[in-house]
Amino acid sequence: MSDATTTDAGDSVPHADTVLPDPVSGASYEEPSATGTERGLLIETSEGAQELFPRNRTAPDELRREAGAVLRLPEGVVVNADDIDVEQTDDETMIINMGPQHPSTHGVLRLMMELDGETVLRTKPIIGYLHTGMEKTAEELTYVQGSTNVTRMDYLSPLHNELVLSLAVEALLGVEMPARSDWIRMLLVELNRVSSHLMWMATNGMDHASTSMMIYGFREREMVLAFFEKTTGLRMNHNFIRPGGTAADLPDGWEDDVSVICDTVLPRLDEYDELLTGQPVFRQRSEGIGNLSAEEALALSLTGPLLRSTGVAWDLRRTMPYLRYDEVEFDVIVGTYGDNFDRYSIRLNEIRESIRIIRQIIDKMPAGDYRVQDKKITPPPRGRIDESMEALIHHFKVFTEGFKVPEGEVYVAIESPRGELGCYLVSDGGPKPYRMHIRGPSFVNLQGLPLMMRGGLLADAVVVCSSVDPVMGEVDR
Amino acid sequence: MTTTTDGDTGSDAPASGGSTARRPRGDAQELLFPTREQYLEVVGNLRDGGFETCADLCAADYLTHPGRRLPEGVVPQRFEVVVNLLSLSQVRRVRVRVQVPADDPVLPTLFDLYPGTEAMEREAYDLVGVVFEGHPDMTRILLPEDWEGHPLRKDYGVGRVPVQFKGAPGPR
Repeated sequence: MSDATTTDAGDSVPHADTVLPDPVSGASYEEPSATGTERGLLIETSEGAQELFPRNRTAPDELRREAGAVLRLPEGVVVNADDIDVEQTDDETMIINMGPQHPSTHGVLRLMMELDGETVLRTKPIIGYLHTGMEKTAEELTYVQGSTNVTRMDYLSPLHNELVLSLAVEALLGVEMPARSDWIRMLLVELNRVSSHLMWMATNGMDHASTSMMIYGFREREMVLAFFEKTTGLRMNHNFIRPGGTAADLPDGWEDDVSVICDTVLPRLDEYDELLTGQPVFRQRSEGIGNLSAEEALALSLTGPLLRSTGVAWDLRRTMPYLRYDEVEFDVIVGTYGDNFDRYSIRLNEIRESIRIIRQIIDKMPAGDYRVQDKKITPPPRGRIDESMEALIHHFKVFTEGFKVPEGEVYVAIESPRGELGCYLVSDGGPKPYRMHIRGPSFVNLQGLPLMMRGGLLADAVVVCSSVDPVMGEVDR
Repeated sequence: MTTTTDGDTGSDAPASGGSTARRPRGDAQELLFPTREQYLEVVGNLRDGGFETCADLCAADYLTHPGRRLPEGVVPQRFEVVVNLLSLSQVRRVRVRVQVPADDPVLPTLFDLYPGTEAMEREAYDLVGVVFEGHPDMTRILLPEDWEGHPLRKDYGVGRVPVQFKGAPGPR
């Protein structure tokens, strides 16, 4: 079986004249023919070569990737390409496109699936529909402007994006951060985790056809967003956490606002429990669906709730603490089976843990500066500009030229609601990043989809996709 | 191969109180600089040495960089592929930086060691143009298949839309 691109199986009919180049071997492939109007329709609606090809013209390497290497066992057992059934003809399986406009793919994600009846055999996520070149844009923006750019990546947890960039810049600057700025940041990102997970609860409920859950999730998220609006001025894309601290202090009376959020969301989580956790239909649709093992998750670099659902207690807030996470108490939630239900429970309970952290932050919030008092990094207070020429110059310099960051490179990672959010930053000593790379957890986690969907039902594919919680803005960047 | 530990951004002893200032706690920066020939072997050894997962892989183009700090014996090349490995058991990160010459931007793939690098290597190929030999599906991932060039290269121009009151249009 050296060449799987031969077109002997299922292609006995005289062929049509559409000849597509084969991306695997370079040989041309002849479409199986259809007759009359059907054929006309085929040509009319064809969008050219598609990325997932029928079995008989998929190279062994590609199949090995599906069945062998992706499912590779940690002991190094490599599935032999000869063992994979490539003899299945096209009559038995069909290749179908889900997305990019499908409502349940959480954005413009396109899944190409090979189906045998209702069983999913192979899946290939195709991304890039939302690519806007943010990493290139970042090289054109100063560090001050940078957070405006990155906040749009993962639009459900914008503050985490701002935080990871700020931490990377501060690591290169080697600047000492005032305690209050750390605690404000922690408060905001934990609230953001709550809102992000609530949003996930809502859309996941929708994917399970529970429309009430969707309304509830959005309702609770709205409270958090209202607080964000009061604090940062915007509901999304805040640009609030900046290199050197935050843009402003918390508004007066923030303790009350945050307490109200905690006191409201916490009992409502119990309502979700009643609505979903204990409900037989929901359990049957999520238990044992989309299974992962810890070895597979690690091999595929999956992080966040996906990794924790397999029983690996890996949470960067606990294992490699940043900000002041070593000074608050919380539990790392882990699952056992690595299925959809575990991932649901993890996210539900992480909201509880986040609220627990937020309550500790309210108690422990120190007084002091909300940003580092270094005029070369952060602008002076507005009031100073009217009375001091020097302050005016500093203000002008920070916002036009930006500040210079010492030459070097650094990788900083934080735990976003979706997993490890990393920022690799290279500086050439100038006011703009020489290279900024964001390690998006959704981008990497999507690699788990083919494995989790394999052998499952098409109806489950939707909920498996949902349980990965991809945010396409971050996947495509 | 050269090993360094970057002391600049290492973590200080954590302050006890909640109100004292603290230096940024960048994870300890352990760096390795294998040559292209050593690359696979070094990463393979790290994997056997307990680095269970590859957290990140990206490439950078150093064409216009005024000069970076590299340890003795490492010949700077235009491209650099940066692999961030993570050990959960040792709670440790290591960063492998490989120099890749501009006239032959090829590296062996890590796919057989870490299948999770599949998408990351495709991204590095798509945006920077480093080819990973042996990768099962070395195609573009973010950009359309017929896109020309690799945008994150430094000699790839930035498009610009002429804006009113902004003077002359940009380079393109």
